[in-house]
Amino acid sequence: MKNRLKVLRAELNFTQADLADKAGVSRQTINAIEKGKFDPSLPLAFKFSEIFDLKIEEIFQPPVKN
Amino acid sequence: MNYSISQKKGLQRLALWTGLWVMSLALVVFGAEFLWDYQVTFSVLAILLNVIIGIMMILTNISYIKSLDDLQKLISLQAMSIALGVAVVGGLAYSALDTTNVIPFDAEISHLVMLIGISYLVSILISNYRYK
Repeated sequence: MKNRLKVLRAELNFTQADLADKAGVSRQTINAIEKGKFDPSLPLAFKFSEIFDLKIEEIFQPPVKN
Repeated sequence: MNYSISQKKGLQRLALWTGLWVMSLALVVFGAEFLWDYQVTFSVLAILLNVIIGIMMILTNISYIKSLDDLQKLISLQAMSIALGVAVVGGLAYSALDTTNVIPFDAEISHLVMLIGISYLVSILISNYRYK
């Protein structure tokens, strides 16, 4: 699943550690999500939505089907 | 509380109970030999203490796993499933080696425990590297 986490984080001048603190997860988790190695759970996606004040679909995009 | 601080505290609690459990197991094994000369009452009491502390260790581990974030839970789940698989497959194969007299010594449960621990540790390290 694609996401705009890195861009949104940069817009707010957050480091990965800052975002991890706000979302209540480890920095490793933020890094893995940004790199597309790991998809967050729905509660965590809602948490990001709350932090960035955006809808979930404005942060995460489903993979494009062929 | 900050996630990494709460995780560290949970891990310290788990390490404490694990340490106590190991010490209580040592008390069972060495106490019988060096302290109470294999008197059944003392051995039963020491084993009871060991089991009670073991239950506390398991409960602390459950609460620690629950406190992990999504990715850490996934990494733990993968490591536990690998360790369980290794325990079942490796343990039964090791036992079969013993019962069929392929190996000249008895299959010891401690070897299996070490194998489970090592496979859990290796899979945690590999997964952490993968999601780095």
